[in-house]
This record gives sequence, C-alpha cells and structure tokens, in this order.
Amino acid sequence: MMNALMLTARLDIAESLRARWFMFYSLVFGGIVMLLFVFGLTESRILGFTGLSRLLVTYIQICVAILPVFILITTVRSVAGDRDAGVFEYMLSLPVPLHAWFWGKMVGRFVVVFLPVFGAMALAVAYTLLRGVEVDWTLFLLYTTLLVALSWAFLGIGMLVSTLARSPDVAQTGAFLVWLVLLLFLDLILLGVMIRQQLPVEAVIGVAVANPLQSFRTAAILLFDPEMLLLGPAAYVILDALGRTGYLAFAVLYPIALGTVCAGIGYAVFRRGDLP
Amino acid sequence: MITFKNVSKTFKRHTVLDSVNLTIDTGERVALVGSNGAGKTTLIRCLLGEYLHDGEVTVGGLDPKANRKAVLARVGFVPQIPPPLKMPVGELVNFAASVCDSDPDRIVAMVRQLGLDWDQVRRLPFVKLSGGMKQKMLIGIALGRDADILIMDEPAANLDPEARHIFFHQLHDRKDNAIMLITSHRLDEVAALVNRVVEMDQGKVALDDRVADDVEMTARLDCVIRLTRAEAAFARAMGEWNFVSGDGGVSWTGAVNGPDRLRFLGVLARYAGLIAGIEMK
Repeated sequence: MMNALMLTARLDIAESLRARWFMFYSLVFGGIVMLLFVFGLTESRILGFTGLSRLLVTYIQICVAILPVFILITTVRSVAGDRDAGVFEYMLSLPVPLHAWFWGKMVGRFVVVFLPVFGAMALAVAYTLLRGVEVDWTLFLLYTTLLVALSWAFLGIGMLVSTLARSPDVAQTGAFLVWLVLLLFLDLILLGVMIRQQLPVEAVIGVAVANPLQSFRTAAILLFDPEMLLLGPAAYVILDALGRTGYLAFAVLYPIALGTVCAGIGYAVFRRGDLP
Repeated sequence: MITFKNVSKTFKRHTVLDSVNLTIDTGERVALVGSNGAGKTTLIRCLLGEYLHDGEVTVGGLDPKANRKAVLARVGFVPQIPPPLKMPVGELVNFAASVCDSDPDRIVAMVRQLGLDWDQVRRLPFVKLSGGMKQKMLIGIALGRDADILIMDEPAANLDPEARHIFFHQLHDRKDNAIMLITSHRLDEVAALVNRVVEMDQGKVALDDRVADDVEMTARLDCVIRLTRAEAAFARAMGEWNFVSGDGGVSWTGAVNGPDRLRFLGVLARYAGLIAGIEMK
C-alpha cells in the first residue's frame, strides 16, 4: 500500500511541477519575498522587530491572506479538472488501490503547495545569513510549523470540496465560498460584530476556535506581539484560557486534525461514489 | 469470463444503461458499437469498477469495484481520448509498470515496436505528444504487460498504417487467450478485428451477433487499383495509405492491413465513378 501511495505522490508532484498554476504560485510567493527585500523591510524597525524577523512577520501576514485561497483554488481546479478531463478514468483503470491514489495525491499536493512557500522563507533566511545577520531560528521553526498546519488544513478542505463537487466550476465556486466565510469570521471582522451584538460568548469563542485562519493568525501575532495589541476579543479570551504554549500547540494540532478529518470525509465520499 | 447481469445505471433520472445482460468468454473479440450516448463508455466504466450501478458485473467471478487490484491487473485499457497528463512519459510508464507489478522495459519494448522513438519521448510531457504518439503510448502500456482483458476505445484511429499492422499483430498473438472489447461509433472501423458484434442503443443491447471472417488479423492484402483518369484528390487519399503510382496516377499499388480493408474500401467508395478496376489478394 505504502509503495502505491508514494508512487502516486511522486506522480502528482511530477504532474504539478509542470502545471501553469504551480509556476504562477511559486512566482507569487518568491515575488513577495523579493518585494519585501526591495522595499527594505529587513532594514526597518517596527514594533521592536528588525531585520529578518520583521520580514517574516510581514510575509506570514500576507500568507494568511493569500495562501489558503491559493491552495483551495489550485487543489479543486486540478483535482476536479482531472476528473472532468478523463485523467481519473484512465489512471484509475490501473490497479492502484483507491486509498493509495487519494492519500498519495494529498501527500504529493502538500509537497507541491508547501515547498514554494517554505522555499521563499528559506531564501530570506539564506540572504540574511549571507549578510552576517543573526537568525531567530525558534521563530523560523515556529512559523514553518504553522505554515505546515495551515497548508494541510486547506489542502484537506480542498480535497473534500473536490470530491463533493462534480464539476471544476462548482468546485471552484465552493472553494471560494469556504475561504470567504472563514475570512469573514476572523476575529476582527464578523466576530467583532457578533460580540457587539452581545451574542453568547461561548458561541463567539466556538466560531473563533473552529476557524483555522483564526488560529494561524492569532498564533502568528502571538509570536511577535506579546502585548497582543493586534488580537481580537475572542482570541484574547482563548489565549487567556490556554496560555501561550497551549495556544501555539492548539494552533498547530487543530488545523492538522481539521485537514485530516476533511480529507478523510472526502476519501469516504470518493470511495463510495462514481470515480470519474 | 465477464458477465453483466441486469446492469443499470442512472444519472439524475436519466437511464444510461437499462438492464444490460451480456456474457463474454475468453477468446471472444467483441465490437461494442453504437451512437453517442448509447451507453458504451458507461458500460466500460462499470466493467472497470469506476461506477456504482444496479445489477452485477463480474470478471472471473470477482466484482471489479470490490477487487480492484485483482481485476484491473488483468485489464489493459486504451481510452478514446488520451488523458491530458503533464507528467513526463517515462514517469507514466514507471507508474503503470509499478502498480501492475510489471517490468517497464516490456512497455518500452512494445512502444518501440509500434514505431515510437523512446529516447526522444521519455522526457516529454505526455500531453505534448501528437495524437498518434499518445495512442501508441497508451497501447504500449496496455499490451506491454500480462493483460488478458483488453478494453480499447477506437484504439487504431490515430495510428499510421505500419503501427496499425504491428498493433493488429499483437492482438492476433493474444486472440485465443484474451477477451477483447473494442468500442467504436462505426462498425467498419473494427469489424475485421472482431468475431462478435454487440450494438448498443439507448442503454440496451440492440444486437448481439457473431462475425465470420476468413481474413487473418495479421494478413496484408496486396492491392492494385486502376482509374479511368488521374485525379489529384484521389492521389492525396492514396498517399495517406502509402500507395504509389508508376504511370502518372492512373493505376495505384500498395498493401492494406487485413482488418483495415473495410475502411479502405470506404475510402475508395468516395471515388467509385473514377474506378475502372480493383484487385485485392
């Protein structure tokens, strides 16, 4: 089983590396880091952070805005598009087990969506090291782990949407709506309104906890803003209950669990339905 | 043996297969013909275990959906429309050989036999190959392993005459020990390859008949055609069949693969008014 899974993952990587979306995706994230260098963010001093730390903070804030939608749209477009174009019909006529095919695609896709994001960050670190500036490795490691968790969560959601929608157009619309809803329920947007409308605190906290975008954003802010000036009210309450370390652990584990559960449901739907 | 027992398939209240009953034994080469929407592709997808359906499909007594690996390891499938895979051809061959527990060199040897320059194509994205090259690759993957159930959707449509000849040879070598299911919109494309014709119409089996054929699949027929006068359009048509003329286009000679002769005669029929004589032997 493992062999077929790794073969499928490798095949998906080989397929994705030649896709136009991957070129664009890599250019965007590489370009963001380059722009941050060009505009001299490594030289600036904001909120007490200088050099690479400031660049990483900005980069991570941009990631929370665009990485989920990128992952969702490219995943559903390519998976639902492959089914629509007859790729599933042919590839699944070969004796590859369905679980190896589905999870292999998930693993291969994860490598492909995560590597450019990580690569851009690594590029920034390499540049900083070349200039002889000290690197905060703990921060770098924590941001990398948070990005892994965020990517996995939205990849799982993308795989679920791809299996539920029967056409690329429906899948793309569904993915965009998911992203929009999660974005709206960030702490500082609709959740703020909900609190002002005096909705039960438990409900507001529940919505905030369930939103992987929120957990990523709060954890990212927590790492560079110990005063938590930029946090919303719900995140403040959650932090109060879990503590800094507890919240960081939650922000890593919850999105990974969410992505795995979504992909698991997607697999069950895929296995029990028409394959092509 | 393949059996379809009361197989029905419905998409959003539209019945695509309607209680299909069919049994296909080893050694049978079945032409599955019918117009668009007749149910051919759906029937094949049920056989490949890709669709849920009512009724029962078994391959050697096994349900293809519940026993994917055991059933599909025996199946060589060539779709009508090649999948738009961006991966390099070499990756596709390695993947297919690995999941089929086969040797990629056998597939490569088959592809080479069909006239493809492997060293040239192995690093190219599959989707960038020409229609004929893609067809050769898919046939190579289907025949370059121990598949005894061949399911092919208009497999020879994009092949040049030489590749068709080699392909027919390969089918001939397996004809007694394999089941072949060859689909087409047109019977004349596949009639000479098969010994049984199943015609589908609106999801039902409309015709199920045996075919008697005295010409071997591997035969090549020497052919001479004489015209009443030379004609440029006819010369172009003959050029596609690699025929040559020694007298300015009035008489033409060449060879036609046995299974292609109906298709060839179909081409000649378009110029019936010009033809003074035909000899095929």
